[in-house]
Amino acid sequence: MTQIRRLFRTPWLGPLLALFALYALFTVLAPDTFARQSNLQTMLRQTAVVGIAAVGMTFTIVLGGIDLSVGSAVALTTVVVAECLRAGMGPIAAAALGVLTGGMLGLCNGALVTGLKISPFIVTLGTMSMLRGLAKGIADEQKIDADPRGLDGLMQSHASSFLFPPGVWLMLIATLFGVGLLTYTKVGRQIVAVGSNAETARLCGISIPKTTLFVYALSGLLVGLAGVLEFSTLTVGDPTDSVGLELEVIAAVVIGGGSLSGGQGSASGTLVGALLLTVIKAGCTHLGLPNWVQEIFTGFIIVIAMSIDRLRQRAR
Amino acid sequence: MTESAAPALLRVAGLNKSFGATRALSNVELTLRAGEVHALLGENGAGKSTLLKILAGTQSADGGSIELAGRPYAPRAPQQAQALGVAFVSQEPALCPDLSVAENILLGALPARFGWIDRAEQNRRAGAALARVLPKGAPLPEFAQRAGDLGHGDRQLVCLARALAQAECRILILDEPTSTLNSNEAERLFDVVRELTKNGIAVLYVSHFLEEVERIAHRYTVLRDGKFVHSGAIAGTARSELVKLMAGRDVQELFPRSERSPGEVVLDLQELAGPRMPITASLSLRRGEVLGIAGLLGAGRTELLRAIFGLDRVKSGTLRVKGIIGPGSPARRLAQGVDLLSEDRKGQGLAEALSLGDNITLSTLESLGPFGLVSPKKRAAIAQSYLERLGVRARGPEQQARDLSGGNQQKICFARLLQHGADVLLLDEPTRGVDVGSRADLYRIIDELASRGNAVLMISSYLPELLGVCDRIAVMVRGKLGPARSASELSEHALLLEATG
Repeated sequence: MTQIRRLFRTPWLGPLLALFALYALFTVLAPDTFARQSNLQTMLRQTAVVGIAAVGMTFTIVLGGIDLSVGSAVALTTVVVAECLRAGMGPIAAAALGVLTGGMLGLCNGALVTGLKISPFIVTLGTMSMLRGLAKGIADEQKIDADPRGLDGLMQSHASSFLFPPGVWLMLIATLFGVGLLTYTKVGRQIVAVGSNAETARLCGISIPKTTLFVYALSGLLVGLAGVLEFSTLTVGDPTDSVGLELEVIAAVVIGGGSLSGGQGSASGTLVGALLLTVIKAGCTHLGLPNWVQEIFTGFIIVIAMSIDRLRQRAR
Repeated sequence: MTESAAPALLRVAGLNKSFGATRALSNVELTLRAGEVHALLGENGAGKSTLLKILAGTQSADGGSIELAGRPYAPRAPQQAQALGVAFVSQEPALCPDLSVAENILLGALPARFGWIDRAEQNRRAGAALARVLPKGAPLPEFAQRAGDLGHGDRQLVCLARALAQAECRILILDEPTSTLNSNEAERLFDVVRELTKNGIAVLYVSHFLEEVERIAHRYTVLRDGKFVHSGAIAGTARSELVKLMAGRDVQELFPRSERSPGEVVLDLQELAGPRMPITASLSLRRGEVLGIAGLLGAGRTELLRAIFGLDRVKSGTLRVKGIIGPGSPARRLAQGVDLLSEDRKGQGLAEALSLGDNITLSTLESLGPFGLVSPKKRAAIAQSYLERLGVRARGPEQQARDLSGGNQQKICFARLLQHGADVLLLDEPTRGVDVGSRADLYRIIDELASRGNAVLMISSYLPELLGVCDRIAVMVRGKLGPARSASELSEHALLLEATG
């Protein structure tokens, strides 16, 4: 009985049902195209970048923070990876440097938030613009062509990949990692504690600056990984790419039960949120609906998800 | 009750602390003995909080000495205080609502192996800590339960368990522990405190409720204006004596009562019932009188005021305001001259981030200038007049409301009611969390309002206050309001009997 009640309290149960319902709906409406198995593959692939960045954003939001610089950081990462490849680096080294770039940018965000005691919204609003500019400066405001061999395979299904392209596996692993970290590790519970009530956490001896730095750096590493996958998709370094990606990422977290006031959110819910966004997009495309319908629909789903969450909180 | 043989566990002498030019503590002394409950008494602003903060390690003293079991004690952080055995439980239970009960108890030292939480060990330790703060035989709360879903009483127990779990606790500081508890929960807390003292723990107990202090404490120390006033045994000290020490004035002055002449009926209820509470309430309130409503927490008193003010639906019965029956909404009631002072000052009464001037004039902005403009000069002038009239201790109209003590904040709430021009005032626990000195000011204000022909309907859980301030008192029991009787015919004893009957 308590098991069932607990299940109903799972914040992402609603979105999960909505995900299945929408999937079923589009399958019925566009049986020839949407229901095809290759489309499932495509949709998972399209979710990978948002999904991985959103796991990082889950940590940030659970901590009570926010990161608006995700889109710019992804673009900057694609540029860095492309430049590295052009400089003659191997694909693994270039990808590693891309991930580290994301981590460094995250660390900078965290340092600004803790050091200057400015709200993360303002800090990352600033770095969003700075990183975008930096990406454009490095790339000389052009797309950077580089030989993507070795990295382009990340987002393609081929004989050696098991069921899904490696990028999709990375997304699933990142999600599992996120679930494990937030639920079962000491640092994860400390993140929840800080987001839930920072003052109490501080009085209990949890270092808020350290936790904040850790979260933004970790979240940055995942953004870096998302950037590498984005490069793999684009096969060029593009400083104008991923504008507004952060909003999609935040939407995924929030649909999945994340609370912008901190303390609540889960990586599994976030994955559901990210998939839901992709299914809406893909479904609308398959139905031949214009882009604007899709955008209205997406926004509608976000608002609905929030109001359902509100009701759930009140029922408690 | 005193055990004079018990050794001094904590000895504070000549303690000083200043904030800028304000002297918060000067030459304060305090001696805590092992196994005693020691009440720290004083008005708001007397320096109790500052002393507690210094003992808990969140602030450091400027001068003086503190000795814990004979060794100098000067914690620089709460964790250090805890490690030395001094635990602090704040007034509002400080919990992380999204964490589980067990996690909240062990938050400072979550048991983990290579970073992974050891759930079994966590539950074992949390259980041990909870067992110490639960009366014998009481069921343990579920460890995995979300702490935010607990009631106030259970939250406090979790905080207590945490305080005791973190290190070998020798001194437990409780700041207004019962202010958010109902009477059952408070009784449970008293049992726990008694149990702890049996094990040699000294409890420093801060409370505004003297009845409570008389029941639980062995000795007391009174502070006033940051200075040590007196210390002694509770047994053999009269309550009036304690109040006198705290306020520095006689108790009799507390309840001024000028000539009041009841006029026409302005509020008339006939068998009023709300959706759940009240079940039935009939009363008539006249101009120039103060009608009190006594009762236990949860008896439906707040719901009655909410129904009158139009915040809750009226299910049946009639409600006449100044002779008019009609649907109520807060806006309509305000227009009729009815205003409500909420019991939840922070949540519903005051915009803490705004200035005093803004708070006072918030509901009457149209009077501050033409075409929706707000004249800061006019606002300041209006606010200043209230600050003087109500005796608010503040720097001026531009000060933020959150900087004020509870009593002074409540005066600001009163000022807004007055500025509104309301003549039927619904007051819900107007002196909750207000120190003795400011209470006297509030009583004076209520008396002044009544003598000028305003009608006041007032809820209070503090019986001496009801008896002192009101002309008539009715008792509410489980949603049913009894008949109003003249306060002069009633006693604390009689009211209590009726309320619990």
